[in-house]
Amino acid sequence: MILYDYVLSASCYKVRLMAALLNIPLTLKAVNFHPEREHKSPDMLALNPKGTLPVLVDGHTVMAESTDMLRHLAELKGPDWLGEDDSYWLDVAAQLNATLGLARLHDILSFDADISQVRQDGILQLRQLEERLSEQRIDGMDFLSGATPKIGDIACFPNTALAADGGVSLDPYPAIRLWMRDIRALPGFIEMPGIHRLHELASPAEVSV
Amino acid sequence: MNPKIDNHWYPVAMCSGINAPRETLLLGQKITLGGQHGTFWVCNAEGTNLPVIERYGHLWTSPGQPNRDLFTIPEAEEPGRRLVDCGSIKLKCSPLRAVENFLDIAHFPFVHTDILGAEPHTEVQRYDVKIREQVDEVWATKVKFYQPQAAQSADGGITTDYMYRVAAPTVSVLYKTCPPRPGAWDVITLFVQPLTEEWCEVWPWMALYDDTTPMAELVSFQQMIFMQDRSILESQIPAKLPLDPGMEAPTQADMTSVAYRRWLKKIGYTYGAQVVAA
Repeated sequence: MILYDYVLSASCYKVRLMAALLNIPLTLKAVNFHPEREHKSPDMLALNPKGTLPVLVDGHTVMAESTDMLRHLAELKGPDWLGEDDSYWLDVAAQLNATLGLARLHDILSFDADISQVRQDGILQLRQLEERLSEQRIDGMDFLSGATPKIGDIACFPNTALAADGGVSLDPYPAIRLWMRDIRALPGFIEMPGIHRLHELASPAEVSV
Repeated sequence: MNPKIDNHWYPVAMCSGINAPRETLLLGQKITLGGQHGTFWVCNAEGTNLPVIERYGHLWTSPGQPNRDLFTIPEAEEPGRRLVDCGSIKLKCSPLRAVENFLDIAHFPFVHTDILGAEPHTEVQRYDVKIREQVDEVWATKVKFYQPQAAQSADGGITTDYMYRVAAPTVSVLYKTCPPRPGAWDVITLFVQPLTEEWCEVWPWMALYDDTTPMAELVSFQQMIFMQDRSILESQIPAKLPLDPGMEAPTQADMTSVAYRRWLKKIGYTYGAQVVAA
């Protein structure tokens, strides 16, 4: 499978992360999204007329929506990652991309945005996410729709974890931070710039006094 | 107006990215820049034209009266190199903090894990640092560091040789081992545009011997590295770079940073700096 990829894109990272968690190898093709806008080049538009990234190609199937890609990957190798309310959380993920994701592109790459509005909308979404995850935790569940992670968790994770890049702090959201920690602790987790892996501390027995 | 700040050259755009006129900030002041058919212009808020130089893929200007030419990088002009425009990334930090981070090696294993460094190879061996009075630049030489993936063209871990150069207060150039061509140096620069004292736009640029790696991968690699630094840079306290010792205790690995701060103080460059001893 070939992923047309941009290293700083939260949406591309969703797909890289899902594939890594499912142990599905991807061939990455770097696209010069910034500064060259190569995703709008004739070759890329021929592949994906919408001119967006990521694009996933599996044989004759070309996918241009990251939600389709997550479903496709899970159907291939991780049916446990599919749940009844996937559509709801994939929709939340799309909203996070339109608010926190846009704020981030504004702050880093100078994209046009009504910055105070998208930050404010992003904060409202974070509060809803915090409420959901707090309730889940009270019920003994670590993830958005159960005790195990689903594609919706992976879809919502990147733009949430990168909120600070767009000038939105995650300090007020302890349940979100615990959830992010649980995702980062999943076997096979990979990082992206701005989202770090958990640092392994030496066990007390290994620390010499 | 402070000639010790205004009389330097500053990067304000990537030449290949200039089309319609656009506004930006330089040292907290609004400027407008544009170009047509390969000639570029910059003017200040009053509409007065500012001097311009087009060099190393970028447009340079100065709000003052520069009393010397923009620095040169002779190695970058050697034939056969690929010149890589990396675009820009905005950082909410002092422009001087961005330069200082670029000069630092000790953070590689922790921030650029498994790329520019990896535990347990964390030691920075002793290296040489000098303020070269004749050219008024800071140079660090004989720097060596173990790197798992030193460049896009590197195949596996190598001990990389580095030289670091501060060519202007907001410009750093690094020279590092070129994996496909032993004996030559790859050139990677950090051109920093000070938007304000605590906000900057960084324009990385490279001149490499690498005929095989696709351009998009070279650019991605650099952008990945710079974005890994971002969260660290934006959380440093104090936000401005302290020029006097006090709050921050340097170690031997920080000799370049110590020289950089000392040099800024010597030349009176205080934009983005904390000058009162903490």
